[in-house]
Amino acid sequence: MTDLNTLEADLSAAIAAAPDVAALEALRVAALGKSGSVSGLLKTLGSMSPDERREAGPAINGLRDRVAAALAARKVALEAAELDARLARETLDLTLPAPARRKGSVHPTLQVMDEMTAIFAEMGFAVAEGPDIETDFNNFTALNFPEKHPAREMHDTFFFKPGPDGERKLLRTHTSPVQVRAMQRTNEKPAAPWIATTIEPPIRIVVPGRTYRCDSDATHTPMFHQMEGLVIDKGIHMGHLKWTLETFIARFFEVAGVVSRFRPHHFPFTEPSAEMDIGCDRSGGEIKIGTGSDWLEILGCGMVHPNVLRSCGIDPDIYQGFAFGLGIDRLAMLKYGMPDARDAFENDTRWLSHYGFSAFAAPNPATGLS
Amino acid sequence: MKFTLSWLKDHLDTEATTAQVVEAMTMAGLEVEHVTDPAEKLAAFTVAKIVSAERHPNADRLQVCQVDTVDGRKEIVCGAPNARAGLTTIYAPIGSYVPGLGVTLVEKPVRGVVSNGMLCSAAEMETAEESDGILDLSADFPVGLPAAQALGLESVIDFEVTPNRPDWLGVAGIARDLSAAGVGTLRAQTVTPVPGTFPCPIALKVDGEACRTFSGRLIRGVKNGPSPAWLQARLKAIGLRPINTLVDITNLITYDRARPLHVYDAAKLSGTTIEARLGRHGEHGDEHLIALDGKTYALTPEMSVIADADGERPVGLGGVMGGESTGCSETTTEVFLESAWFDPIRTAQTGRTAGITSDAQYRFARGVDTGFMVDGLELATGLILKLCGGEASDVVVAGEALPAPGPITFDPAYVEQLAGLSIAPETSADILGKLGFAVETTGRTWTVTPPTWRRDVEGKADLVEEVARIAGYDALPATPLPEVARSAAGVLTVRQGRARTARRALAAAGYAEAITWSFTHNATAKLFGGGDDALVLANPMSADIDTMRPSILPGLIGAAGRNARRGFPDAALFEVGPVFAGDRPQDQKLAIAAVLAPHLPTGWDKRPQDDLFTVKADLLALLEELGAPVASLQTAQGAASSWWHPGRSARLQLGPKAILAEFGELHPAVLKALDVEGPVYGFEIWIEAIPEPKKKGKTRSALDLSPLMPLTRDFAFLVDAAKPAGDLVKAVVGADKALIAGARVFDVYQGAGVPEGQKSLAVEVTVQPREKTLAEAEIEALSAAIVAAAEKAGGRLRG
Repeated sequence: MTDLNTLEADLSAAIAAAPDVAALEALRVAALGKSGSVSGLLKTLGSMSPDERREAGPAINGLRDRVAAALAARKVALEAAELDARLARETLDLTLPAPARRKGSVHPTLQVMDEMTAIFAEMGFAVAEGPDIETDFNNFTALNFPEKHPAREMHDTFFFKPGPDGERKLLRTHTSPVQVRAMQRTNEKPAAPWIATTIEPPIRIVVPGRTYRCDSDATHTPMFHQMEGLVIDKGIHMGHLKWTLETFIARFFEVAGVVSRFRPHHFPFTEPSAEMDIGCDRSGGEIKIGTGSDWLEILGCGMVHPNVLRSCGIDPDIYQGFAFGLGIDRLAMLKYGMPDARDAFENDTRWLSHYGFSAFAAPNPATGLS
Repeated sequence: MKFTLSWLKDHLDTEATTAQVVEAMTMAGLEVEHVTDPAEKLAAFTVAKIVSAERHPNADRLQVCQVDTVDGRKEIVCGAPNARAGLTTIYAPIGSYVPGLGVTLVEKPVRGVVSNGMLCSAAEMETAEESDGILDLSADFPVGLPAAQALGLESVIDFEVTPNRPDWLGVAGIARDLSAAGVGTLRAQTVTPVPGTFPCPIALKVDGEACRTFSGRLIRGVKNGPSPAWLQARLKAIGLRPINTLVDITNLITYDRARPLHVYDAAKLSGTTIEARLGRHGEHGDEHLIALDGKTYALTPEMSVIADADGERPVGLGGVMGGESTGCSETTTEVFLESAWFDPIRTAQTGRTAGITSDAQYRFARGVDTGFMVDGLELATGLILKLCGGEASDVVVAGEALPAPGPITFDPAYVEQLAGLSIAPETSADILGKLGFAVETTGRTWTVTPPTWRRDVEGKADLVEEVARIAGYDALPATPLPEVARSAAGVLTVRQGRARTARRALAAAGYAEAITWSFTHNATAKLFGGGDDALVLANPMSADIDTMRPSILPGLIGAAGRNARRGFPDAALFEVGPVFAGDRPQDQKLAIAAVLAPHLPTGWDKRPQDDLFTVKADLLALLEELGAPVASLQTAQGAASSWWHPGRSARLQLGPKAILAEFGELHPAVLKALDVEGPVYGFEIWIEAIPEPKKKGKTRSALDLSPLMPLTRDFAFLVDAAKPAGDLVKAVVGADKALIAGARVFDVYQGAGVPEGQKSLAVEVTVQPREKTLAEAEIEALSAAIVAAAEKAGGRLRG
């Protein structure tokens, strides 16, 4: 029995001293493996007499169980120590910067274009488009601009050189030529599928797009963005125009208490014509919407001129309607507080980042416009 | 157009204030731009009285005055010779700004005597150009009265005259609209003719082209000179410079009645006939005229010319400006007065060609009242006789005025139909009447005849506008739009939706949306395959932006370059917008372009920079997002346009004629031409080239999930170094379309162990069993097929 005690004492000491899981495993093999010291003792049980076995059996089995338990306990302790050591080793300095990720943005002018489209889509407007390079006819003549009239000069038009047929094309000065394309009675297919062509009344479209005038200062750029609106049906009158634009303005600015007024004005392609002002406060040097006692002009509009309807082949005694033209760049400047129109085309990454919008700021009826 | 309240009151009986007039004008369509109140600038200046004036102890030319001022009695040093006891004049306190001197007064001794303020002349207050001495005002003015009031200075109202309303270019026309709007009562505007006392010795001749009708008369025995103070004050108030009585009278009537006139010094005219005709090409080129502004103008056959000496000598540009040689001066004693009617378009063109915008030209170009030509002449005659004396000849007239506007049939119910405005017919008739329209209201439909000054009114919609704007747009109802049938899905077309998706997707991928000009430099356009003559602007803002762009890329590259020069070299920009291959509508395409300038500083982790494959990944992810058939796309290495690096660019296409996009590194020579440091990577997609989705419904196809595990096999092939890897991968995938789910290049190697001029491509092929687990023999057969396919494509299995 002294042998067993000695063996157990030796094994216990060795297990307690095992430095790592590998050494412990070696000890396990040496003690409990096929030819291990404890396994060897267990094998001797077979050659013993029943009496001897009755005495030695429990002693040897007890030794085996205690060694196995000691091994298991030591293994748990060693593994815990090893995990602690590994965790200590794996420490990362998380105050170091993460790799720079490029931050994208949506341009504020086009964000506003999306916002406007969303509001009008809600009111049942479809989106129509036309080319930037237009004919004099679509840009002026069909819109009731008399030949050589001062109203044409006021448009500061960019012209192309006359073609072989003598026709002088131009860059559209407004999105209104798309009115003509949408209203004209023609059987011809449009030059490309995306270009607006004959819509049978009722017509209800908005036309966002690039427009061009030969002008540059803090509030004018040679290229800018407009959104035209056109509604043609039986019985559409100026009251509908007023409701549509008042509703638009209230939704667009997303502030309470936006007030507006309509003033008579003159445009060749509408009759009666109006400009819409919104109430604002200029006292602080910048323009605030929804407060104050000043007025700010934001758009021109009116009932489509009978001559325009007639030139498109629509009988003004049956159908009537309204049109309006919104300056997208200007509305963006007003809503989001950008001081200079030219900055929107400079594409300074700092400006784009500061005034731009997240990709996820798409106008949405649940979360708002931006 | 500028005017003052007192001038308006000549025509309008009203108690309205300036603010009320401005509000009424604005709401009637006369858009007031600003109101200048001279009292603001002169707020510090007030009436004062000199009690005593003593000679300055140390200066002969100075006086020391005791002055009663708004601030009490003050001792003020004054150098004006007219300073004297009892004089009522203007006082400026210490601290006030004197505009004519450009100084702010400070308390300091003048030759040893402290001056406690300043006594002012008109020039010092900038109410006159020059003056000798301080102001000498009526003794009736009390001390402390504001200077602006004592000087009779008034607010000036400046408003925008829309091109349809030339009648607003006269104060009388403004008054008429205001009376209709209820601001006051229009005073009678009748003109009393002045009978001639002798026949006019000058005959008039017009050709209908140059001038429709022309009237005139001679007035002899006049005494010209500076005009009376009231007339000068009226002109000066609106910024006009008084010249002499005869000229000032014509300017007065121009602004009062929108009726331009001209006065000739009759002594300087030759011959007995004045003719209005077109300019002539002479043997030595065009005729010339030295105009009243002293400049010489060439007279072209498109211009209307007034000529004397039986039509031989030009003495004026009709409706634009008179000639210097026959102008009126202080010594004029015989004057020929002209009142004619010139065609708007011709006058506008003449003004443009000659570069002249005069008050007359501005009015004739917009259309002068055809019914007031002789009245204007009579009105001016009356004033000339009154202010300059003399006697007038009979009136002579040549030509005939345009016929008066014809009647319009008008149903008063149309006001409500078009404007939605419920207005009593009598109110409509009253408004139209006050605006000068003749309204016959017998019967259900009326007959309305516009006055001669309202040729802009051509139909019933115009009449509705007249009624509505005077009744006030505030009264318009806000009527909700009727419901219309609308698309069950969104309103955007596939193309519009793709443009929007692209913008949001690229923003999410880290690119900032830019907006660059649709036009660019012609040389730049040429670099990018454009620059055709048909796309060059005839009148660009500057040569930098004179040609419609063939691509968005140069705009974005330029923007990246500008950002780099500001110290931000790592721009990632995109734009969705039009590009132009020609000037026809179908030549305009919608493109998506992005550029990436990979110049971020290296971080602590030595992570690699964004590279061309970052851009390729962004491009493919975007195309997938847009619904392009990405799996079927061919990557045509080296087939992209000339502005790309030839070895580092490719085309994405469905076939040689269905090119969806190009991407790569921009050509170093192109970057150099644009003055931008490389490398710059980018891509451009043509939205219209992406096929429209075939499927119309919203439901998805059934999901096919195999219960069998996919397995992978690795191969290494030797190919020519120049061989695009994509070709080999395509061949491998094509070896068994049913079983092979994909192939991934995981290593590209050149060097030891690989023959010179070749490269090793290591490819992991994913096999997806379809019906049952593959037996070893089947896998062997598949491997053989893959190797065979690779061999066909020029790849040899690496041993």
